[in-house]
Amino acid sequence: MDLDLDDRAAGFRDEVRAWLAENVPKTPLASFDTATGFEEHRAWEAKLADARLSVVSWPEEFGGQDRTLLEWVLFEEEYYAARAPGRVSQNGIFMLAPTLFSHGTDEQRHRILPAMARGQEIWAQAWSEPEAGSDIAALRSTARRTEGGWLLTGQKTWSSRASFADRAFGLFRSDPEARRHHGLTYVMVDLRAEGVTVRPIPQLDGEPGFAELFFDDVFVPDRDVIGEPGEGWRVAMTTANNERGLSLRSPGRFLAAADALVREWRDAGRPAGTAERVADAWIGARAYQLYTFGTVSRLEAGGKLGPESSVNKLFWSRLDVDLHETALDLLGPEAEVGPEWTDGWLFSLAGPIYGGTDQIQRSTVAERVLGLPR
Amino acid sequence: MKFLLSEEQERFAASLDDLLTSREVDSATRAWARGEHDEGRKLWRELAEIGVTALGVPERYDGLGASDLDLVVAFDRLGYHAVPGPWTDTVAVLPALLDDELLAGVAAGETLASVAFPPHVPYALDADVADTRVAVDGTGLHVFHPATRLSSVDGARRLFRVEPGERIGEADPARAFELGALATAAYLLSAGRWLLDASVEHAKQRHQYGKPIGSFQAVKHLLADVVTELELARPLVHAAALTLTARDVSAAKVAAGRAAHLAARTGLQVHGAIGYTGEHPLGLRLTKVRALLGAWGTPAFHRARVLEAT
Repeated sequence: MDLDLDDRAAGFRDEVRAWLAENVPKTPLASFDTATGFEEHRAWEAKLADARLSVVSWPEEFGGQDRTLLEWVLFEEEYYAARAPGRVSQNGIFMLAPTLFSHGTDEQRHRILPAMARGQEIWAQAWSEPEAGSDIAALRSTARRTEGGWLLTGQKTWSSRASFADRAFGLFRSDPEARRHHGLTYVMVDLRAEGVTVRPIPQLDGEPGFAELFFDDVFVPDRDVIGEPGEGWRVAMTTANNERGLSLRSPGRFLAAADALVREWRDAGRPAGTAERVADAWIGARAYQLYTFGTVSRLEAGGKLGPESSVNKLFWSRLDVDLHETALDLLGPEAEVGPEWTDGWLFSLAGPIYGGTDQIQRSTVAERVLGLPR
Repeated sequence: MKFLLSEEQERFAASLDDLLTSREVDSATRAWARGEHDEGRKLWRELAEIGVTALGVPERYDGLGASDLDLVVAFDRLGYHAVPGPWTDTVAVLPALLDDELLAGVAAGETLASVAFPPHVPYALDADVADTRVAVDGTGLHVFHPATRLSSVDGARRLFRVEPGERIGEADPARAFELGALATAAYLLSAGRWLLDASVEHAKQRHQYGKPIGSFQAVKHLLADVVTELELARPLVHAAALTLTARDVSAAKVAAGRAAHLAARTGLQVHGAIGYTGEHPLGLRLTKVRALLGAWGTPAFHRARVLEAT
């Protein structure tokens, strides 16, 4: 067991650090949940792609550098430590791309991934429906067979990035007779296609980070179905734990924030009664970093990710909220006028809700990690 | 980077498990609490035979000169089985304090040591059974004499007030202290894991309202929180063994203590009244965890060190 980087990984980390120091915008970009900010972030994605840093773990033919999982984690650490812009492409890069790597056709990969890597096509996710939430098996929006493809009808909601995104991916019910988890099909859809209505929904910060999507007989060609029709649930599930996906939520974000919190605590004159929370936030971020190194080592030694990614999510979602709450308490009345820690706080509040609420994760951990009866 | 235990370390842990599972460790612990040390010393010798006591001892005194991570692997298993005795003092701390032939006795499993390390370890553990008694005072080492016995919240920890005796030498106690805190963290972490495993087992067996209580969401969610804390504390303990920096050791001690404490409190809640009885093994760990939280540096002390170093 060791924590030492080999020369290749250390060299890559240094290159990334140097490039970011040179290129990260000195003034933060506008929020990517505004029209202007979205385009600024799109340009930033292109700049990252020019440096071949937008998708470092992907194969070179799609714009990546074929970097190892560990090198990807190191990249993320540097990225957050440098306070580089949030990734407007993250839905595509971390959720759709792993699905395409596992289940897509060669044609799909070559058509979609390079444009995604450059930010030319930015993806929204279209999982949630008003009735479904974490219960994906309760989805109702339908895909109906037609000549050369499918017709989508129904409604998706709380769709992140959809207000300004180019395309979306999600599950639609293609066989109304099949039992709950069956009869779902995984499709990619153009948000500018005829029959699509996008209604932006403001989030807690007032910006339209969400949208409702209405589909009225929207045509999707066969080439935009991933995997077999009716197999959408399985396709979605086999990549839900993908190592390049959300399950390995970058530890860099939390460590960078925890280091900043400790500085904030010092600057505030180490207020009485706060040391415990500040120390625990830093310890939690360090624990998450090391846990990730352990997971990466296990995967690189040929292991597989299992339901323990729920342990992961449960841990960081609470850590992120606690860390930001602590920062706001340290700032006292100044916290109200933000903006940086308040923005981070608002963002952290989504953690225990999306991608399966903390309650769903706890049940998953209890049943699948601890083996408790359903 | 390979942040995984080696196969050799996994095998060593498994051999400790095999031995300790086949022995009546809880019975030895109850006897130890009464001041009857025979069973515990027998266990000590058996563990010595598979190398535990030789780990931290240099090869020139017939030790293994093993890594700090190997020590952690051993304390992890000692904690899981809640083995009684001054293991931290003898196996982790003493070899870092002394360069002396008496370490050969430690390696052989014949010498038990008790180390007082005020202010973090003000009372001497098991000084009545220890063959070697050392107090660390500033930069010096003293022999000490055991005075009044104090009763610990954990009956199996027999604590004594310390009367300083003859000065026996200089010491740079920094590394010894880190090892004491690290060994305690590893022990705590796995005492917590035992509490979780026992609670999960109980929740599967125990029926109420016609169902195993483990099927109730309230119980599931309590236990899910425990496994989350324990899983995330473990890599801190391993990393601390690799770096032995004050910051990593302190982070490990805080997180392991927090996770073990949550496991103990939750374990009692899940077990209900049976866990509150003196007959049930849960109590042996519950009180041990409480005692170890404050030993080798309190959580407040270790949190302050983390902030100091960050």
